[in-house]
Amino acid sequence: MRIILPIPDFPSESGDGTAVAPPSSLTFPPAMRFFEYEAREIVKREGIPVTDYGFVTTADEAREVAARIGGSTVIKSQVLTGGRMKAGGVQFADTPDEAAQHAENILKLEINGHMPRGVLVDPKAAVKQEYYAGVVWDGIRKKPVMLFSDMGGIDIEEVAEKHPDHVGRGHFSNLTEPPEFLAKEVIAQTGVTGSQLQRATPILARLARLFVKYDMTLAEINPLVELEDGKFVALDAHMDMENEARPRQKAILKDLGVADEETREAREATEFEIAGEAVDGMDHRGVAGNVTEFDGNLGLVIGAGGGSLTLFDAVRKYGGKPANYCEIGGNPSVAKACGLAKLVLSKPGVDKIAVMMSIVSNTRVDIVARGVIKACLELNMDPAEKIAIFRIPGAWEDEGYKILDKYGVEYCDRSVSMHQAAKRAVEKIQGDVPTGAAA
Amino acid sequence: MSAVAENLFINVEVDDSAAGDPAIVTKLVDACPVDIFAAGEGGALEIVTGNLDECVLCNLCIAAAPEGTVRVIKLYE
Amino acid sequence: MSILLTENTTFIVQGITGREAVNLTRECLDYGVGAKIVGGVTPGRKGREVHGVPVFDTVAQAVAHHGSPIDGSVVTVPPAFTKDAVLEALEHDIKLIVIVTERIPRRDVAQMVERANEKGARIIGPNCLGLIVPDVIKMGGIGGPAKDAAKAYTPGSIGVMSRSGGMTTEISSTLTAAGLGQSTAVSIGGDAIIGSTYAELMPLFEADEETQAIVIYTEPGGRMEAELANWVTENQSRLPIVAFMAGKFMDEMPGMSFGHAGTIVEGKADTAAEKIVRLREAGIAVAEEIAEIPGLVKDLIGEKVAS
Repeated sequence: MRIILPIPDFPSESGDGTAVAPPSSLTFPPAMRFFEYEAREIVKREGIPVTDYGFVTTADEAREVAARIGGSTVIKSQVLTGGRMKAGGVQFADTPDEAAQHAENILKLEINGHMPRGVLVDPKAAVKQEYYAGVVWDGIRKKPVMLFSDMGGIDIEEVAEKHPDHVGRGHFSNLTEPPEFLAKEVIAQTGVTGSQLQRATPILARLARLFVKYDMTLAEINPLVELEDGKFVALDAHMDMENEARPRQKAILKDLGVADEETREAREATEFEIAGEAVDGMDHRGVAGNVTEFDGNLGLVIGAGGGSLTLFDAVRKYGGKPANYCEIGGNPSVAKACGLAKLVLSKPGVDKIAVMMSIVSNTRVDIVARGVIKACLELNMDPAEKIAIFRIPGAWEDEGYKILDKYGVEYCDRSVSMHQAAKRAVEKIQGDVPTGAAA
Repeated sequence: MSAVAENLFINVEVDDSAAGDPAIVTKLVDACPVDIFAAGEGGALEIVTGNLDECVLCNLCIAAAPEGTVRVIKLYE
Repeated sequence: MSILLTENTTFIVQGITGREAVNLTRECLDYGVGAKIVGGVTPGRKGREVHGVPVFDTVAQAVAHHGSPIDGSVVTVPPAFTKDAVLEALEHDIKLIVIVTERIPRRDVAQMVERANEKGARIIGPNCLGLIVPDVIKMGGIGGPAKDAAKAYTPGSIGVMSRSGGMTTEISSTLTAAGLGQSTAVSIGGDAIIGSTYAELMPLFEADEETQAIVIYTEPGGRMEAELANWVTENQSRLPIVAFMAGKFMDEMPGMSFGHAGTIVEGKADTAAEKIVRLREAGIAVAEEIAEIPGLVKDLIGEKVAS
């Protein structure tokens, strides 16, 4: 499901051994993923049939649920990562004791750096046929799309590539409730007819409705199965909710027991990043956030959104090793700029910081200059030595340059490009040129 | 912490004539967007030194008090 | 000329009494020949003024006060109220809506866009700084205070479109320094779903005689660049395009997810590297650094003239 890209120049692990991955705010589009047991709960409450499963966190509970179900069961690890089948996170049991044994093992099994939240004990279904039902956004058409395939159980991308005629699709309006007939049309595109069409139609329509109702960015049932007795049940489900919608989806999140502070990011935030969030939370003025840790020696105090992306690339292009990523903007207070700079300057291994932004029109050059210089002085560091370069042109730049002059900090205006400024910072930290203020 | 002064960049001086007048003090407190001024005991002016460096040079305090009684000093000039 | 705005464009500011909106109003009034901001709307604040602009409770009141249709609206209200504000503007036949607000759930964005299409209106944004016709008019916070905007933007023949508001100004300033002015610069917004994509604005630039070339700023995520590449190929655009792609480092970060069911709907070109390939295949020049942009633009305009 998820494609993990190699990372040639990056550290694949941070100091404490956790894999380095961006927080979800750095990914596009940001979304909160649900565990399978939560996703199944969501489809169930919207009237989509599911099996009589149980979510448990201990081996004893697993035994109880397996005994209640009777017969063979499937024990599935509840982790927010793919590849759990391959990793041994899905096991089959014939007896309650066997279910308990598997649960005990799976609860201890780390998959791709994730420990499971618990296990799902599911009746082993007598499957006649597997289908796929999904709903997703189409950013170009700006509408959601229903998807259906009669080849379920495998990735829909693979089906679409190898058997395009087995994937039905249909865009629907955001202004009215997704109609049932559209679900029927989408399913019929795959050649499905008879009672299967009749049973699958309300399921796809309900999936589309819950997708809209709960602000999902992805809602998938895979596989949706037809049992030997002809009934349809959702055997696995995957849901992602848009982060921006969390404030208005509090009710369902509360029902599912998802706490406000649960970010469900690709990895846990590091101490450094948590400290960065605290800096951003100091006051309501401006932003000094989205701090992400790397293990280089050049600290970055950069902004704003697009400027940060450009500058991080620029530092790397010239061989620099960033110690962090961050985004400042929206005219932060002196205290906030100071707090962020102190955090970065205090990070072990950081030799210098580069303070750079694209031309600012809201954020003030003099305010940021005060903040970063203050950070140096409070840490008993010389701003002229620690600030490799200050490149923030724009609002109040003349005032800012006066401050930088007084403390001997090297700075440049808009005539020096973002890339040139980044190159200068890298040269200075690598000792290719003497430090100190330029003429 | 360190021995660094609380205000490195900005200082504000207010003449006693203004600092002792509760009506002017109220105006200064209301005018400043970054809370540099506070009213102390008996309505006398207190300068919140921790906020001095947050000064955005808006000059609203200078406009709020009688001419010449409030001065914003840039310590970097 | 320009696209979308002229010196006669009238607009309102919805949410005008908010802190940022007050600044934005001042900036727009001060810039160029002076924007014609004919009213502001904040529910419950009727009767006030913001920098001389009358404030109303409803868009209907603003339109009635103006006495004729209003061309545009800058919407800067909190995310939970944005959709309603935009629907209100659309209902009163406002045809150009700039949504400044960030963090709007995309269901709301999609609803606003669909309704705008029904009404024959255009949305720029959300999560954008608006647009500017140098020395004439700006609609939104783009470029900041009038004197700062004047430093970065000059009139000329380059159309600029950018997913980052700040980079719109950085790029325009770089063009200005190289003697290349801008016909219109548009901050199109950085969200997954936006009112006007590059490809959707291209026909307007294509129809604008003054525009001789296009510069775009782009980032990882989404399919807007592929859509632009397709548009350029299919429509044999007369306009040379130079693109700058930021965030290449994100391709190399593990945990970035590019594969999901969305790829079978939108296609599979999400990484920065793949975007660059696709843009180049369509004949779009991709600059490695911002500083290279003016040279590439001049070369491409020169080629057009020569051929």
